[in-house]
Amino acid sequence: MRPILMADPAHPHPPFPHRHLLGVAGLSPADIKGLLASAEDAVSLSRQVEKKSATLRGRTQINLFFENSTRTQSSFEIAGKRLGADVMNMAVGNSSIKKGETLLDTAATLNAMRPDIIVVRHHAAGAVALLAQKVDCSVVNAGDGAHEHPTQALLDALTITRAKGRIEGLVVAICGDVLHSRVARSNILLLNALGARVRVIAPSTLLPADVERLGVTVFRDMRRGLEGVDVVMMLRLQLERMNGSFVPSVKEYFKHFGLDDAKLAYAKPDAVVMHPGPMNRGVEIASDVADGPRSLIRDQVEMGVAVRMAVLETLGRRLPNAA
Amino acid sequence: MLTHASRPLQFVNARLVCPASGRDEIGSLLVDNGVIAEVGPDVRPAARAEQVDCGGHVLAPGLIDLGAFVGEPGAEHRETLATASRAAAAGGVTAIVARPDTTPPVDAPEIVDYLTRRARDTASVRIHTLAALTKGLEGREMTEVGLLLEAGAVAFSDGPRSVASARVMRRAMIYARDFDALICHHVEDAELSAGGAMNEGELASRLGLPGRPAAAEALVLERDVRLVALTGARYHASLITCADSVAIVADAKKRGLPVTCGVSAAHLTLNENDVGEYRTFFKLAPPLRREDDRRALVQALADGVIDVVCSGHDPQDVETKRRPFAEADDGAIGVETLLSAGLRLVHGGDVTLHRLLHAMSTRPAELLRLPGGALKVGAPADLALIDLDAPFVLDAATLKSKSKNTPFDQARLQGRALRTVVAGHTVYPYA
Repeated sequence: MRPILMADPAHPHPPFPHRHLLGVAGLSPADIKGLLASAEDAVSLSRQVEKKSATLRGRTQINLFFENSTRTQSSFEIAGKRLGADVMNMAVGNSSIKKGETLLDTAATLNAMRPDIIVVRHHAAGAVALLAQKVDCSVVNAGDGAHEHPTQALLDALTITRAKGRIEGLVVAICGDVLHSRVARSNILLLNALGARVRVIAPSTLLPADVERLGVTVFRDMRRGLEGVDVVMMLRLQLERMNGSFVPSVKEYFKHFGLDDAKLAYAKPDAVVMHPGPMNRGVEIASDVADGPRSLIRDQVEMGVAVRMAVLETLGRRLPNAA
Repeated sequence: MLTHASRPLQFVNARLVCPASGRDEIGSLLVDNGVIAEVGPDVRPAARAEQVDCGGHVLAPGLIDLGAFVGEPGAEHRETLATASRAAAAGGVTAIVARPDTTPPVDAPEIVDYLTRRARDTASVRIHTLAALTKGLEGREMTEVGLLLEAGAVAFSDGPRSVASARVMRRAMIYARDFDALICHHVEDAELSAGGAMNEGELASRLGLPGRPAAAEALVLERDVRLVALTGARYHASLITCADSVAIVADAKKRGLPVTCGVSAAHLTLNENDVGEYRTFFKLAPPLRREDDRRALVQALADGVIDVVCSGHDPQDVETKRRPFAEADDGAIGVETLLSAGLRLVHGGDVTLHRLLHAMSTRPAELLRLPGGALKVGAPADLALIDLDAPFVLDAATLKSKSKNTPFDQARLQGRALRTVVAGHTVYPYA
């Protein structure tokens, strides 16, 4: 049943060997580089007047979001439409099928509609992988609990590569709420896979147990942690975690872990600043920095569409009935 | 159901293994009127008895499973006394000590009485009842210890809940001590492990799952040991799962405190890595821990620091397991696989057969003051005939429990019950 995949002459990378994109874990450096190379092409396409390709023409893409996320969902929607797919958004964040017990029923129902690709965001770690076991199409993880958010890590990698020309050998600091962050986990895996040196900077209450074993160096002092880094990645801190439960107050958090010009001065002079959004200005990042010359935050959004196009296209080529 | 057999039953050519006396020899055992009438190498064939040739296989006291969830009353869709006892019988278990966290909980004498009568009518093995330690299992007010004992409760427990208040626990211990009643306590601080889905550590961090630290267990256990020192109550930590707890119990025993502990066969044979990619059948409460912890538990069993090996039997409807990991229910069935899983440790050379069977029969009988757990004249004829070596691949679909949430599906196991006898009746014949 499995079609023999021909390597695309435009991309000398080996064919992508996975049916789904459930996480960065399990991807080889070659898989990642292949996706990033495709994404470069998608950037060019997206900058043209005529932005459409026909790669996914006739294909149905369902965006199944159990958690509301305007940005990520729009990004996947635009990506699918640029490739010619029919995209349907199912926002179930507020509907009756929100609960986990009907996740598999939802999967079975959607599967019967014969989609080709389902993009899923869910509040529970592992939920996307569980759903993927029950459907015949390809599944893209758009974020599952505190587990993974692979397209975010890929778009961050593309953004860094375009700004710095490489990833290998760079020092990247991930700052903030690593404990609850799927963005941090996916980035730690991906940056390690591509040879960057990864630091995490956070108060200990916002670090997962044994985090050093994920391949990072831990800093509790932001100034020391930022010394000599090439890339500063800020994470979003949920407001409900700031009133004494994980950190004592917004004021104290911003003082110690908010990124302002003074702290950024410890990083390399050409260091760049990133944030997956949406930002809490004045909480984890000062507005001057977010809007400053070293910020790549807008670029990240653009690269997000490109990376998602690359992912959808790559998985589309792997579909069992692909031409 | 458990009426006395009319015709005597004689097991011949058996390897008699009695963990209570240390007996291990080829011989014969005669059952008459539901009790062991004769046992030893020189028992003469009784002419009127039905003869069972054991073919040199092990004949041991039936297993006593301390703390299984049996579904009645209130959760009959998960398990019933009938299905639980069929599963038990198939695993060489002749007595189940049922957990009190039913709906309603077993916190009043009439519920003990109800269970006793239900068991008489529907169960094929002996069912003993743990009564609630506090009313409604709420950890606030103690139950009617005296009346519950009179009704037949064998010990007191809040099932899978820890009593959070040291004051309530102390009073319950003092009061129970007046009756010389045993308290079986679940040791895990609910606050510290709140929201946790698996053992805290690298694996949980990688999976993005909230963790349950081993310290949540040690914390409650340490407090309880201090309260035992204060009150002198007989105390049993139902399930310990980590190396720290082993050290705490060992120390308490060295000081002569009446502290004992149990461990589940799952925690002795599996570790957190078995969770793999969100396999909910390995989601237990307390959770599977690190391999270091598992090894410490095995060593503690071998050394006798751990008194009891139980199944932790907790049947769950498949629907509550087919959820994202953090939202799936805790628990695994285990009464039918208790013996076979435990034998892994014997085949692996980690514990002796006598030590394992002592923890599965003799010791629970001693702690609960039940007759049984020994091959001696006058003891109830609750027996398990065991083929130690029979290899098989477990197929969950063949298990007798109403729920099939076993972590051992497709596991390669070695050793199984060939025949289970309760009060002289054969309640399980293999093949």
